[in-house]
Amino acid sequence: MDWGNLTQQLINGLSLGAIYALIALGYTMVYGVLRFINFAHGDVFMIGAFAGLYVHRWLKPFFHGMPEFVSACVVLLLSMCVCAALGILIEKLAYKPLRQRSRLTALITAIGVSLLLSYGAQLLFGAAPKGFPQLIKNETHDLPGAVSITTEQIVVLVATLLLLVSLRFIVQKTRMGLAMRALSNNPTAASLMGVNTDAVISFTFGLGSALAAAAGIFFAMLYQAIDPFMGILPGIKAFVAAVLGGIGNIAGAALGGLLIGLMETLVVGYSKNIGIPPGFRDAVAFVILILILMFKPAGLLGKSEREKV
Amino acid sequence: MLEIRNLHVSYGGIAALHGISLEVPAGSIVTLIGGNGAGKSSTLRAISGIAKVSSGSIVFEGRDITNKPAHEIVALGIAQAPEGRMVFSNLTVLENLHMGAHLRRDRNAISSDLERIFTLFPRLKERLPQAAGTLSGGEQQMLAIARALMSKPKCLLLDEPSLGIAPILVQTIFSRIVEINRELGYTILLVEQNANLALRIASHGYVLETGRVVLNDTAENLRSNPTVRSAYLGEGASDTA
Repeated sequence: MDWGNLTQQLINGLSLGAIYALIALGYTMVYGVLRFINFAHGDVFMIGAFAGLYVHRWLKPFFHGMPEFVSACVVLLLSMCVCAALGILIEKLAYKPLRQRSRLTALITAIGVSLLLSYGAQLLFGAAPKGFPQLIKNETHDLPGAVSITTEQIVVLVATLLLLVSLRFIVQKTRMGLAMRALSNNPTAASLMGVNTDAVISFTFGLGSALAAAAGIFFAMLYQAIDPFMGILPGIKAFVAAVLGGIGNIAGAALGGLLIGLMETLVVGYSKNIGIPPGFRDAVAFVILILILMFKPAGLLGKSEREKV
Repeated sequence: MLEIRNLHVSYGGIAALHGISLEVPAGSIVTLIGGNGAGKSSTLRAISGIAKVSSGSIVFEGRDITNKPAHEIVALGIAQAPEGRMVFSNLTVLENLHMGAHLRRDRNAISSDLERIFTLFPRLKERLPQAAGTLSGGEQQMLAIARALMSKPKCLLLDEPSLGIAPILVQTIFSRIVEINRELGYTILLVEQNANLALRIASHGYVLETGRVVLNDTAENLRSNPTVRSAYLGEGASDTA
């Protein structure tokens, strides 16, 4: 057994999984409060990457002489704000008018919004992939046992961890987080407590979209190129991650994301040993989806709820 | 304090209330009694803004609150412990109580109100870190009432607090309701199927049948009213199979 290679695969898998986890959180939180899958979420992730590109381009003159770490944080936070606003706007314009309609109506609308965003982005930014600037000087650090980790991977892992901790704080400890959980548990009771349902839903969309923006920037950092359709596959894989963890369950989404990232990377890394060509990497998530729906539809951390009549 | 005039409510074209009028004076306990489907819960849902009023008006402290969003009605001072208790089952008991105080910002007053709740319902204090879904039915009802009190309402709406609860706990809960009214000074609108209990603690009662008020009198008079006695108090009910 080559432990060095395994460690290397785990590092790569966790960095990819961190990105899936951040996207999956948005799916699961929105599902929690609205019982609705926002299929446009992957495109918010894409817009996050483009926001990062343009924020960096426009603010470059101001970044002169600033430490890289600070300028990268500015790009990250501003892009998160842009996407939070976008997410809130999408909910207000597209989903809120349909809230009393059937869930299928909202679902189809979400697919429409997704197409609108990706083709809108193609119109604005062009279809050709764009290079993503190096926000932080990338170096490869050698670890013992022929293992290496890049600065970007370290940044992605540490930043994701910080975002997850902050999210946990918001959801568990703040008044808004408590209202989110209450709304998700019983919407009628929540409004009887004086919860402004619309405000909490907006907040949830904003929060989820901000995390998707962070994921978009991390993805762009690792793969260095972005295009208007980059959100489709990671978006669907993150959806699978949310289902794997138990849709509506926040810890589950994070866990599901990491697992999908790890499994995808391991299948590619050990494709010779297990006899699956590396080209099948995108199929991994979907095989997992089929298995989870067959054997544990409530997901790893989800509780199976009986639909009340 | 609360006045309802000619209230109509319907769900998907089916009328639940056909013009109900009632009045809840400040400081009193008023009760709505009647069988299943009489429109008791619909009345409370309309007051709290979670059922749409098709016509008529609800006036609270001189202000028209008809069809206002539910959260604004809570802010004006009307809280409800709804039918079926509706505690937040996967939140802890303490978190449920904090949800009751969702609109309040006065942290110190909130913690002293929590203490007052614990003297009223000592059971809840023992269960604070537990998920509310793990409580017994009676404890959940106490929590639902306590949670509504945490918003510091002027008027408290209680929907079937005796429903599905062990008889011994029903006694406790009803004596607490009296305490909440007499000692803490809350105005209460109480919906009950257990007319016997409700008329014993209320000052005034309305009898509802299929969405209409059929009788309206002091609780004392209703208790001795022959129709009420046979239909709702289980006496001389020989004509019902």
